[in-house]
Amino acid sequence: MTDFTTIMEVLIEGDEAALVERVNEALNQGSDPREILDQALIAGMDIVGERMETGEMFIPEVLMAARAMNAALEIIKPLLTGAGARAAGKVVIGTVKGDLHDIGKNLVTMMLESAGLEVYNLGADVAPEQFVEALKSTGAGLLCLSALLTTTMPMIRETVEAVVQSGIRNRVKIMVGGAPVTEAFAREIGADGYAADAGSAAKMAKALLAGSVV
Amino acid sequence: MFCMVGERINTTRKRVQQAVADRDAAYIQQDVQAQQQCGAQYIDINAGARIGHETKDMQWLLEVVQPVVTVPLCLDSPDPKVLAMAYERVQKPPMINSISLEKARFDAMAPFLEGKKCKIVALCLDDSGLPKTALQIVQRAETIVMRLAGLGFSRDAVYVDPLVQPVSTDTKNGAMVLEAVSEIRKALAGVHIICGLSNISYGLPKRKIINRTFLSLMMAAGLDAAILDPLDADLTAVLKTTQMLLGQDLYCAKYLKAFRAGELPG
Repeated sequence: MTDFTTIMEVLIEGDEAALVERVNEALNQGSDPREILDQALIAGMDIVGERMETGEMFIPEVLMAARAMNAALEIIKPLLTGAGARAAGKVVIGTVKGDLHDIGKNLVTMMLESAGLEVYNLGADVAPEQFVEALKSTGAGLLCLSALLTTTMPMIRETVEAVVQSGIRNRVKIMVGGAPVTEAFAREIGADGYAADAGSAAKMAKALLAGSVV
Repeated sequence: MFCMVGERINTTRKRVQQAVADRDAAYIQQDVQAQQQCGAQYIDINAGARIGHETKDMQWLLEVVQPVVTVPLCLDSPDPKVLAMAYERVQKPPMINSISLEKARFDAMAPFLEGKKCKIVALCLDDSGLPKTALQIVQRAETIVMRLAGLGFSRDAVYVDPLVQPVSTDTKNGAMVLEAVSEIRKALAGVHIICGLSNISYGLPKRKIINRTFLSLMMAAGLDAAILDPLDADLTAVLKTTQMLLGQDLYCAKYLKAFRAGELPG
């Protein structure tokens, strides 16, 4: 049994080279790749997300941790087989039509991927019907919508309505975010969740997919 | 001469939104007078945050602001209908904030803008999204200046905004926009270059020190206007000091005046 604490520590520090070394070491000592992924890597990124939420860690540090995480995933992923290879859930994400801002949305994408989710990032300026199509073709259980302008916020509502119209609303959870978006707005338009930053977005996404938020 | 556009009357700011909702004219009037006293050459008016109320809120703000300031206004909305309405209600030629190269936005704004005697903020934004290189910013600046010339705008009426992106999400974003401003200064003589400052520091702690250092660097690169808070004394002190260091303050007169008025901290 390898001690996963040091793996988590170097991940949180964003030390890519040290993380790769520690992960290989753990594998050589016979640790199960699934356990490394869940108990060291994803658990470590959960802490990164929490520290981002509380303001203890800042975006550049989160990016460094995510880069290290990606390097570790490249080692771990090919080793996962069968049930272990399945992602914790599928997510479709994008910035709504008429809005070209994608920095925040890309940060959220990165944190969702680091949380072990399979993320389909549709980019910015995405029409409601494109979201619906992607939800259908991927079978994703979570839709994440972003808007950075007060003028494009109504498009979040329209996109939610398009999902309702398409008849798949009952199998898709919806989470919304972006600078002008509030929890009250999320509730008003019938979304299932709201996240104020990329750190809390990952936590909320996992809770929504697990069905623990209703 | 650096052009300071006062950013405070914006309904995304909680206190302002409250004053607008309560129709608290005294609060708004005091605020804009303070901005003018601190050197604002335009007062930005943005009424966009209360969804569904923008037209009425903008109308009311114009009514209460204009009697108490002598400087012109900067009409801030993405909606051409709101801008056209506001344009009819201002007493002095305003600055319009803003137009971009996004096709739908440019086409909607063009008929209203044609032949108007106003200043305009021109964003280096097109349908492909935020610029990714300095060269892209410069090319978009050239395109939008040319297209505005077609609507009757001289270079002196155009305030190009290179779009500042956070340095936290890509460490090169600061250097990219600085390089672009230098290049625009060379490529488009006579045009003004404007920006907002706070995007640069998104996602980092102690944002004010980043914003003011950035202002200084941008001015050295050729920035000659900014949308900022004129009441932020630390920021305007950096502005005045930078003007002096760049040789824009003859005999250091403005700097010394600010010193005697007790406006220089530290």
